[in-house]
Amino acid sequence: MKYMLLIYGNEANWESIPREEFADIVRRTDALNQELLASGELVGAYGVADQLNAKVVRVADGTTAVTDGPFAEAKEYLGSFTIVDCESLDRALEIAAANPAAAYVGVEVRPIMHEADLEM
Amino acid sequence: MTTGIPADEWRQVRGLVPEVLGALVRRYGHFDACEDAVQEALLAAAVQWPVAGHPASAKAWLRTVASRRLANRLRSDGARRRREEADAARTPVAPLDPTPAGDDTLTLLFLCCHPALSAPAQAALTLRAVAGLSTAEIARAYLVPEATMAQRISRAKQRIRATGASFHLPPDAERSDRLRVVLQVLYLLFNEGYTATAGSDLVRPDLTAEAVRLARDLLRLVPDDGEVAGLLALLLLTDARRPARTDADGALVPLAEQDRSRWDAEAIAEGTALVTGSLATKPVGPYQLQAAIAAVHDEAATADDTDWPQILALYGLLERVAPGPMVTLNRAVAEAMVHGPGAGLDLLATITVDDRVSGAHRVDSVRAHLLEMAGDVPAAHAAYVLASRRTTSLPERRHLLARAARIAEAEEAALAEPAEPAEPADPADPPARDAGLRA
Repeated sequence: MKYMLLIYGNEANWESIPREEFADIVRRTDALNQELLASGELVGAYGVADQLNAKVVRVADGTTAVTDGPFAEAKEYLGSFTIVDCESLDRALEIAAANPAAAYVGVEVRPIMHEADLEM
Repeated sequence: MTTGIPADEWRQVRGLVPEVLGALVRRYGHFDACEDAVQEALLAAAVQWPVAGHPASAKAWLRTVASRRLANRLRSDGARRRREEADAARTPVAPLDPTPAGDDTLTLLFLCCHPALSAPAQAALTLRAVAGLSTAEIARAYLVPEATMAQRISRAKQRIRATGASFHLPPDAERSDRLRVVLQVLYLLFNEGYTATAGSDLVRPDLTAEAVRLARDLLRLVPDDGEVAGLLALLLLTDARRPARTDADGALVPLAEQDRSRWDAEAIAEGTALVTGSLATKPVGPYQLQAAIAAVHDEAATADDTDWPQILALYGLLERVAPGPMVTLNRAVAEAMVHGPGAGLDLLATITVDDRVSGAHRVDSVRAHLLEMAGDVPAAHAAYVLASRRTTSLPERRHLLARAARIAEAEEAALAEPAEPAEPADPADPPARDAGLRA
């Protein structure tokens, strides 16, 4: 099963963390990703650029309009996401708990839809 | 693998993998390195044969090339070679005895489905070392990057090495438990491949076909185990419906609405004979019972001809042999078909399913179906929508939403005609006969 692990936050969240502590978060996140890569569970891990860079594209009557994003007014924004392919939901939750961000803002775990459909 | 070799022929070549790999491992030890060498030989065959022509004996060619690759591999890495030699000195390697190839396949299956591995690792390694698929093909089947799959396989082999497992059949005392793991791996392989789009997607290897093929091999090697026959029967009887289970748009067609003339009669006959034979002579087990239930469905000329009392009795047995909420859930459907939706809903009310159990959303979809049978349209609608939100399967979500829309439309049509008050759904109506999507 594939799961998407999402980490949301805002500048206030992250700026409140002392620089060295933040560097440690980054180090531990890298180490976790290396571990997931080695175990054959990592599909991809990405940080997204600051929301200042977000664009929203809408097409109406064949005309494309691009506005500055993000899409939804929110207090917290998507900061990074990881996709894992692992044995079970429990394993995905374990991976989420191992993410340093779990101790700060929490990690959202979302199953990714699949095409399989058991008839048995 | 994209090769210039016809698919049928390539399947036969892949079928030689266990024998070639088994011979190598028995001679040189080092399952890990031998497995890589055999994969390299396959790759070489795919590249060379279309150009240079096919060898007289594919097996001999693969064995020679794989041995050469293995020798190069061990020579080219001095540190590794010393380590391997040290290992080899510690673990006596069985001499190259004339063990029949079949035993190698079985030994490999046990090794790849080692209980120390996670389920995804067992599946991946089985597909490579027993079915002979390449890492790239396995990665495509599971829709993950090739690097991810390569790591998964390599980690699985490391773990097997770490357990100290040797290339021998498990001791008799462990045999039965280990065989259950192998059956579970094949069952999951089949399910993974049983998608709404299977067959139309030429890029993804057909995992259902691989699972059936491996189950056939396994039955040949372990003919006395009723559950092996049961699993193969279950896979055949389920796969037989594949041509009818999706419509032209790729949408799921529930069992009760399938065009049964499109079912694979040959597969049904084979599956039914297998399960009938094993139930008559072997101790009963969960795969045999599930196969028997599938056979009862498949035997019915129309959905209305389904022998629900027999299915209900079989689910009762299954619940005794392998109790669990998903079995009770299926029994609730059969209960409703035999004794009415009220009886099914009563049984359903006794089930509590942790939402971490795969298929937990099916409680909602069965409830929706039984409520629809009972004529409670608003509650059925709400349950269909809830089930559609809970499922992680895309085809199933579409199906559940279509059901919700269908009963809402029927209700509206009935309300728009004041002369005829809305009536409870007729249980004989085909949609209501849909056994909660699948029974």
